[in-house]
Amino acid sequence: MVQKSPSLGVIPIRVEPSLPAAQRTAVLEVCARLKSVAGALMPILHGVQAALGYVPKDAVPLIASELNLSRAEVHGVLSFYHYFRKQPPGRHVMHLCRAEACQSVGAVTLEAHVKQSLGIDFHQTTADGAISLEPVYCLGNCSLGPSIMVDKQLQGRVSPKRFDELVAQARASS
Amino acid sequence: MSGARIYVSRDASAQGVGANQVADAITTEAARRGIDIELVRNGSRGLYWLEPLVEVTTAAGRVAYGPVTPDRVADLFDAGFTRGQRHELHLGLTEDIPYLKKQERLTFARVGITDPGSLKDYLDHEGYRGLKAALGLDPAAIVARVTDSGLRGRGGAAFPAGIKWRTVLATPAAQKYIVCNADEGDSGTYSDRMIMEGDPFVLIEGMTIAGLATGATQGFIYLRWEYPDAHMALDTAIAAATQAGYLGDDVLGSGRSFHLEVRLGAGAYICGEETSLLESLEGKRGQIRYKPPLPAIAGLFGKPTVVNNVITLASVPIILDRGVDYYRNYGVGRSRGTLPIQLTGNVKCGGLIEKAFGVTLRELLYDYGGGSLSGRPIRAVQVGGPLGAYLPESQFDTRLDYEEFANIGAMLGHGGIVVFDDTVDMAAQARYAMEFCAIESCGKCTPCRLGSTRGVEVIDRLVAGQDAAKQEVLLRDLCNTMIQGSLCALGGLTPYPVISALNHFPEDFGKSTIVKAVG
Repeated sequence: MVQKSPSLGVIPIRVEPSLPAAQRTAVLEVCARLKSVAGALMPILHGVQAALGYVPKDAVPLIASELNLSRAEVHGVLSFYHYFRKQPPGRHVMHLCRAEACQSVGAVTLEAHVKQSLGIDFHQTTADGAISLEPVYCLGNCSLGPSIMVDKQLQGRVSPKRFDELVAQARASS
Repeated sequence: MSGARIYVSRDASAQGVGANQVADAITTEAARRGIDIELVRNGSRGLYWLEPLVEVTTAAGRVAYGPVTPDRVADLFDAGFTRGQRHELHLGLTEDIPYLKKQERLTFARVGITDPGSLKDYLDHEGYRGLKAALGLDPAAIVARVTDSGLRGRGGAAFPAGIKWRTVLATPAAQKYIVCNADEGDSGTYSDRMIMEGDPFVLIEGMTIAGLATGATQGFIYLRWEYPDAHMALDTAIAAATQAGYLGDDVLGSGRSFHLEVRLGAGAYICGEETSLLESLEGKRGQIRYKPPLPAIAGLFGKPTVVNNVITLASVPIILDRGVDYYRNYGVGRSRGTLPIQLTGNVKCGGLIEKAFGVTLRELLYDYGGGSLSGRPIRAVQVGGPLGAYLPESQFDTRLDYEEFANIGAMLGHGGIVVFDDTVDMAAQARYAMEFCAIESCGKCTPCRLGSTRGVEVIDRLVAGQDAAKQEVLLRDLCNTMIQGSLCALGGLTPYPVISALNHFPEDFGKSTIVKAVG
């Protein structure tokens, strides 16, 4: 595909990188549903992540063209927010609270246990693909910390032992 | 006759310690015994150390049991808890539990009492009376009531709500907006979450009144993704309110229009800053804007916009319903009304305490909180979130009042109190404050973006004793630069926890070494 530019002559426009057909359909469906709302980009990125579990790199040019934005603008927003994933998640995502109220009741010790027992750091996924680990700064459970969110379910008073049980449950479920 | 009415909270924190499992166990056990019950999933009373709390309606009032675990449920049935009978977990009448009885619940009047999904329950408990009062007033009169009530922004900045509203009302525009800041990111706070999960209609009513007062016809609730239960509760309530004509093109037949929708954040603390929040709502990176122009004049999509915190908006209905004096008669000095305080962290009885301004930290920590959870001495508390100062025991007699806190170099913020016992390492807390700022900085201004990273490094060198006296001078100078030179509160307030930790707890920074080095 080419486009005329008065000052530069003919410049090539990069062909959109390929997104697997199923993902492409899902992204287009989300865009069609939401692109007319005011400030559509955030709802669309949420929609894509809800549908695919993450926002694939190759979805960026597609979303950009649907919203008449530049790829840089979409990438800029995608990369600004901690919640948006650029990589596929494991079967379960655990968000561990690192904030002060949880620190006061042992979150630092819990964090060390979590990383050691899973054998991963933040923003990584276990080798068996079961669990992705993310930090979070407050889950609003500050009177019953330490806190962790497993998928969308909050868990309070999480001791290392309780954490191991939650991991076992997560691994046992699909 | 229908069976016993039993309440088990649906609040996310209660769920986190097993409320759903308790509710399931009660349903199963009742069916097994052939006992007819009605199970209501209410908001939380905010007595978090007693969650999962189970209540049952009796002729004398609601009787509480807690904390209940699923394995105690059969036992409760044996004791006759569905008739309010005695049991080891029996706490008496809920309203008589001292922690609750001593409170002044205005904004939280219904939380924990009603079914948050039921508009009928809301109406049966004095709901929508504020809106009905507002519909009989012209916009300037509504604004005047909010101004006269003394209500100040509960998000942290404590700016008078009425002044903001008046600016939006006075700015002519074809479209205006009401934006609710529900990006409650401060550690040690959850009062917004409790309102949204436990009494979502009161927030919707408050926003609708704000729309009538300023001429705004569209509202947005900018909600953090970390609150999925609040999201569901709000969506359910908005649908019910729309269905019943409390929202939409013709609010209660008044000919006035107000529409409302929830938008989700995506894990950026900075989006709790109002201009970053507006950028995010517009679908952009959450970078802060220069002020002026104020959002009240050019806010969302360049239009006049009220941006208020959840608690601020949720406090409006009772002001319109009960009157200005009723509200402003609570409180002290220029801090009028009540503050929903969240007692959190290493504390025995953590929870939501709505009190008139003027209560002291000491009363909260010991009379309500019962001391630390660990049983060790309380060494420090952080008030006002991750940007709030750390206070030592010598300051525990400070009253909760915006000005009194400002006078000791601290801030009330959103009313969160995080308790630490004597095992806390205050140098580590100071370092964390800088680290957090580095992670969450939007990057727009240099003092915040770079200062926070340099701050971590300087604290590391200070604690390691590398030229410690010089590092301390450098750290104080850096903090001064951040305070004076940052564009918003993130960079501008991060030095408060750092400097307060250094001033009040110098021994944790190896300061005895510094003195020797200097001497």
